[in-house]
Amino acid sequence: MLITVAGVKKEVKDDLTVAQLVIDEKVETPQYVTVTINDEFVESRDFKNTVLKDGDTVEFLYFMGGGQ
Amino acid sequence: MAFTNEQIERYSRHIILKEVGAKGQKKLLNASVLIIGAGGLGAPAAMYLAAAGVGTIGIADADEVDLSNLQRQIIHATKDVGKAKVLSAKETIEEMNPDVTVNTYRTFVTSENIMDLIKDYDFIIDGTDNFPAKFLINDACVMAKKPFSHAGIIRFQGQLMTYVPGEGPCYRCVFKNPPPKDAVPTCKQAGVIGAMGGVIGSLQAMEAVKYILGVGQLLTGYLLTYDALKMEFRKVKLPTKTDDCEVCGANPTITELIDYEQAECDGVGL
Repeated sequence: MLITVAGVKKEVKDDLTVAQLVIDEKVETPQYVTVTINDEFVESRDFKNTVLKDGDTVEFLYFMGGGQ
Repeated sequence: MAFTNEQIERYSRHIILKEVGAKGQKKLLNASVLIIGAGGLGAPAAMYLAAAGVGTIGIADADEVDLSNLQRQIIHATKDVGKAKVLSAKETIEEMNPDVTVNTYRTFVTSENIMDLIKDYDFIIDGTDNFPAKFLINDACVMAKKPFSHAGIIRFQGQLMTYVPGEGPCYRCVFKNPPPKDAVPTCKQAGVIGAMGGVIGSLQAMEAVKYILGVGQLLTGYLLTYDALKMEFRKVKLPTKTDDCEVCGANPTITELIDYEQAECDGVGL
């Protein structure tokens, strides 16, 4: 199936979970990333049981604390 | 208030813009912006707002200028090392534009002082370097119904979003709670390319100017991300359903400001 991850279209296997996608995408701090699917938040406790569907758009939003 | 001849010349490139004009320039001169953190983000933000003729600029920071700051904090110079950042910033701004009144607050923001600091300002810029401060600024601005610009920078990456009361998600809607101390790298640990503050801090100034003028579309409801190595900007749409947010939602559970434990960014000069 085809999904869009951070603006890039990707062919991924069916039944891919958010938890596995986070690993596949090598997210730096997986326990602190905010994930949205189709403009809705996914709670981190739901990563394991959230299965992606064909056509989904996924975004990773990262903590960025610097500024000074 | 009529413009002097000098002001007409100084702001001529603004006044000629149909989105600004004489009316917009007067709005800028009558406006006030508080910049929290006179560092990598706050330095360019303060300088562009000062040059633009924002009439009152507040700067809050407890730190002194350190040599390691000068790679990116362009409001300070080598001669300022050891000087209070708020004083150094004030001197630079006063040399740039005598139309600007600079209020300095030599303090870090806390739950005790932040409501008092923000209350007289039209727009707030978060130029801080740690999550406790970023969440505190968010919560205070939500509670006081003040618009603000969030930004963060690290390595070759930056992000920003704008909060306007009633017009989209707040920082806490997106990031919920500060990460534990040291869980996410800081600039001191990970480094940051100097021009990143220039890019993102200037965008914060741009949001403040647009808000004051009432023109264009603000970054409300979006997180703008910038990857300098890929030279890629992305405007990521944020969820609109945020009524369960702990601070700005329908039934907020956070009704008092929180001083989270300070992260590792509290060393000299960050």
